[in-house]
Amino acid sequence: MPIIQAFWAIIRRDLLLAFRRRAEMANPLFFFVLVVTLFPLAVGAQPNLLKAMAPGVIWVSALLAALLSLDGLFRSDFEDGSLEQMLLSPHALSILVLGKIVAHWLVTGLPLLLVAPLLAVFLGLPEQAMGTLWLTLILATPLLSLIGAIGVALTVGLRRGGMLLSLLVLPLYVPVLIFASGAVDRAASGLPVGAQLNILLAMLLSALVLVPLPTAAALKMSVN
Amino acid sequence: MSWIPAPVSRFFHRTSSPPHFYALADRFIPWLTVIFLLLLGAGLYGGLYLAPTDYQQGDSYRIIYIHVPAAWMSLFIYVLMAVMGGIALIWRMKLAEVMLISSAPIGAGFTFVALVTGSLWGKPMWGTWWVWDARLTSELILLFLYLGVISLYGAIEEKRAAARAVSILALVGVVNIPIIHYSVQWWNTLHQGPTVSKMDKPSIHVSMLVPLLLMAVAFKFYYLVAVLQAAKLELLKRETTSQWVKALLEKQA
Repeated sequence: MPIIQAFWAIIRRDLLLAFRRRAEMANPLFFFVLVVTLFPLAVGAQPNLLKAMAPGVIWVSALLAALLSLDGLFRSDFEDGSLEQMLLSPHALSILVLGKIVAHWLVTGLPLLLVAPLLAVFLGLPEQAMGTLWLTLILATPLLSLIGAIGVALTVGLRRGGMLLSLLVLPLYVPVLIFASGAVDRAASGLPVGAQLNILLAMLLSALVLVPLPTAAALKMSVN
Repeated sequence: MSWIPAPVSRFFHRTSSPPHFYALADRFIPWLTVIFLLLLGAGLYGGLYLAPTDYQQGDSYRIIYIHVPAAWMSLFIYVLMAVMGGIALIWRMKLAEVMLISSAPIGAGFTFVALVTGSLWGKPMWGTWWVWDARLTSELILLFLYLGVISLYGAIEEKRAAARAVSILALVGVVNIPIIHYSVQWWNTLHQGPTVSKMDKPSIHVSMLVPLLLMAVAFKFYYLVAVLQAAKLELLKRETTSQWVKALLEKQA
């Protein structure tokens, strides 16, 4: 089986598995909506305040939702032994890992794209920032899955890796958060956002190339 | 690696073996300590006594002699850890793993010192302990990177596997350091934060600069002493069953 076919097979398998557990699949999405709705309750419902906070609130919630969903990336494969089979397969592990990351993004990152604009409207984000919000979500949610994959691969062999995972992954998420929420913030005040979007794109492209290698190395280490 | 002269490569092979390194560290630590103390004394004397009082900040600027070298060390040690991580992953060198692990708590300590002294300096200068400013925030994130390395190493039972995991993390984290450093600056320029760029001022007087550089070198030597001590302990812990440790214990008994 050529490597491209193996890559698609991994994606198809992971999507199929996700659709078999539909309730679980929706969890990150519900979590995202819940966290966003907590903010107006906690800081008060003044429209001006919410409007100013909207980019940050949406992005922090997206970050937490991504973090929550990360553990599923390799955990079940590790537990039922299919991860070992992937390691033993003749294909390059980094490509298979990339397939798993793509599937993870399709299941957990993509739904955020559909809900985030709705929440942004509720928070009073100005109309002209909607396009930018979408673009940052398209560019940066895959980044969250990619960067998170390294952290999961490092901690998948540990029984209680959850807290450790957030300690490892959140500092690495900081640049994504800064550029994504910064771009939306600027768009809301009518400033150009080309630089931020370009940097996000550059980070996404380099992460696509670079992340599978350390992730594969970390998985090999975790499975031993 | 035939392009490296034989004596040099022999030297590296020998020092990278744990018993040789242990003996070598034992021999060097007293000397390094002496150099550290001399530099520290000279730096503190120059900084706290000889250097003039700043016309703007008064005497409270003198915390610079601890604060700035500590901040430099915090970045320097992380980069060094990434280099060690690369060596440990590529050549599977035990000594690089040991040095990487032993460096992490020291680096975290320097980062903590830089944060605390900065906060102490900030109170009289800006009237606040903490600002969400570029440098401060990136330093705090650096502290979390260090803590991540330390707790990941602690969480994995098998120490060689743990060292490999930590090497990967250190390498990934080092990519993040310049991004964090500059991104927070760009992010802050949007929000028009307080201007703090004290070290960007090129015109620092020689009588203040010399003690600062002395302190920076003194901190480097402190790091060497501390990391060699920590590495010795780590080596003993890892190789409790090996012959050279037994011989060492018998000699001391």
